[in-house]
Parts: sequence; C-alpha cells; structure tokens
Amino acid sequence: MQIELTLNGRPCKAEVTPDTRLLEFVRQQGCASVKCGCETSNCGLCTVWLDEKPVLSCSVLAVRANGHKVTTLEGLQAQAAEFGAFLADEGAEQCGYCSPGFIMNVLAMEKELKQPTEEEIQQYLAGNLCRCSGYQGQLRAIHRYLNRKQEENHE
Amino acid sequence: MFSAKQYLLAQSLEEAYVANQKRTATIVGGMCWLKMGKRQMQTLIDLSALGLDEIAVTKEGFSIGAMVSLRQLETHKELNQAFCNAFAKALSPIVGVQFRNCATVGGSVWGRFGFSDVITLLLALDAQVELYPSGVIALEDFIKMPYDNQILVRILIPHNSKPVAVQSHRNTATDFPVLVVAASVEQDGTLRMTVGARPQKAVAVPASLSLSDADLNNHLETALDKIPFEKNMRAGKEFRRHLASVLLKRAIAQLKEEQSHAN
Repeated sequence: MQIELTLNGRPCKAEVTPDTRLLEFVRQQGCASVKCGCETSNCGLCTVWLDEKPVLSCSVLAVRANGHKVTTLEGLQAQAAEFGAFLADEGAEQCGYCSPGFIMNVLAMEKELKQPTEEEIQQYLAGNLCRCSGYQGQLRAIHRYLNRKQEENHE
Repeated sequence: MFSAKQYLLAQSLEEAYVANQKRTATIVGGMCWLKMGKRQMQTLIDLSALGLDEIAVTKEGFSIGAMVSLRQLETHKELNQAFCNAFAKALSPIVGVQFRNCATVGGSVWGRFGFSDVITLLLALDAQVELYPSGVIALEDFIKMPYDNQILVRILIPHNSKPVAVQSHRNTATDFPVLVVAASVEQDGTLRMTVGARPQKAVAVPASLSLSDADLNNHLETALDKIPFEKNMRAGKEFRRHLASVLLKRAIAQLKEEQSHAN
C-alpha cells in the first residue's frame, strides 16, 4: 500500500506492507540514525517525532504515519550539533550508540517543557537508556544547554 | 514482531466489529504490547479514524476514547485536577514519554494485564467500559470477562471529581511495578481501594472501610489477608502482601491530607 507523508520537511511517497514499522520505513528512506536497540519498546534509541511528538518508531506502523509529519535526527542537524557540543564538553559522549534517540528526546523536551526541574528532566528522559554512563554527564550537558542563553548573557 | 497481510483503517465501529470477527484479525491499539508477539495475522484493524483519541468532560464525569494515549491521560489538565493529579502520578513511571505517546488506554484496558497501573487506578474510580456492540459494563466485571471479539470504544469515569491516591513500587525505574495500589474516597467517607500487579489482575479490597474508622489499620490488614498474592521474577508473595499494606496506608494518609486541605 502507498503512503504519503512529510519526512524531515520533504514530501515522501512510498510503498509499504501493512506490517512495516516506522523504524524500518525511515531507515529505508536513508535515515540511518534511527536504530532498534532493544525490541521491547524500552530503550528509546528509535525515537522519532510524529507530528512533533516523540514516539518509538519500533512501535508505530508506517501506515499510521500516512498524511503526517515525521522528523528524525537527519532533519534536525543544526539543533543536534548544538546540543551535541554540550554533550561533548561534559564528556557525556561515550560510545555514542544511544545518542540519536537521546538527542531527539532532549529536543522534544525543550519544546514541551518550560524551565523543567531536575525531576521533570529525569522523568522525561527515563525512557532513553545509556549503558556506558551514569547519566550525570548528560544531565550536566542538558542543564547547560537549557540555560545556554543565560550563560551567553553572562559572558 | 507480528506479521500481517492487510490493513483496515475502519470508517465505523460496525466495520471494525465485522472485520474483527475473524480469528486472524486483530485491533491495533498503541502496538507496544502487540509487537512483542510473533503472531501471523491476516488483517490489522486500526481505530485511528474514529475520533476515539479525545478525552471529553461530560455531565457525569469523563469519557476517554480507546485511542487516547497514556501520555494524554498523564497531561490532561481537567482530568488531573479532578482526581488529585493521580493520572500523572500513576502513569509517569511507565517506561518513558515516547512509549506513553504510543501506548493507548484502550490497549492497556483491553489487555487486562496483571501489571497494569492504569487499570488499578481506573478501578478505584469505579470506571466503566463501553463495548461495541454490547454497551457499558463495569470495569470490575470487564476484567473478569474472557476475551471476545467486541470493540472497546471508551472508558467512562462516573465522577466529576473524587479524592484518589495512587502508589506503586518498582524494583528499578521504568520497570513493571512490583505492586500498585489506589484508594479513593466516597462522599460519605467510604474507601474504595484496589491492588494491582499482585502480580495478577487488579482487584478491589473486599471490605467496606471508612476513612474515619479509628481502627482502620487493623481492619485493612484483615481485608488484605483475603486477597491472594503470588510470587514472580520481581518479588515474592510475602513481600507483595507487606507492600500492599504499606502502600495503601500511604495512600490513605494522602487522602486524609487532601481531606484536611478541603476542609
């Protein structure tokens, strides 16, 4: 069956089978940042935005994206690079495997929550697992990233 | 992952119901649970086009469409104002935001899963389930029913507001709960308490206890002794029994605090 959607700002038309997941579909379209890390809807690595909301692309049928807007890390290069620099500065980039899904969810959180507390940040990102770190570097990077405008003003 | 040969975006409940009479057809909710299986299906039935992704405030209470996501329940302002923020508290420990943006309340309730946080809370709020075509049935009866080929259309909460508290224990963040409890209080002070993840399906505590009962703790222990608890990979039955008491007492303390604020 044919689906038509907007992928990273561009119209996209393709044939999919009824059981194709959004994960496989976006990968077929060249978005290799989206990966399946767990098969149990738990790790957050396959996070994409469906109409601006973060979802697990491993748990969404591609046909359900028909007529909708899908965004992957490939479509958010400037924002990802900006946040990625904060991650690197805090030494939070280790093997990097979990980073695409993690960055997608941090950027979604930035849009959805205004001045989140530490607890709200942890709760929002609880579905993104990292097996290298203890999350402290990431948390420092997130705080600095969210407060970057104030930091710039101080300088 | 399952496989399927056809996809039906149902245009009416009748169309979905007719298609669902075949054993090889399945309704897709949020797909978070369904995708774990390896079933080979003929037809996937999608209810997405039926406007069931809304939470409506009604005269009697709240009407929640089957396709409403757990995240919608968690962040819905009126629903959380009406029920002491219990939906936010009960649902926020479930996996992560992305998961809760996918998982639907219809899928959670239809599954009648033992580990369900949402069923435990809804049961404490006397929720009902609207089925197509048989109509409205109490959630308490629905979860005892065998699986059939009807369509779960909506969840109805017959209260505009009710003091309710929910507590759960997890071995680790984002895991299934070891135990989850909820307690709500009627206008006359009678408590409605539920225990879920025993690890079997949630049940109501079989006793009519009052929030003002001077010997509430002892009466609660007696009532909890009548509920079966079991062991699984997450915890033993003795620990669950102990947790049920501790968590319900915390929920009751929360309700008393709510009451003192209200007065």
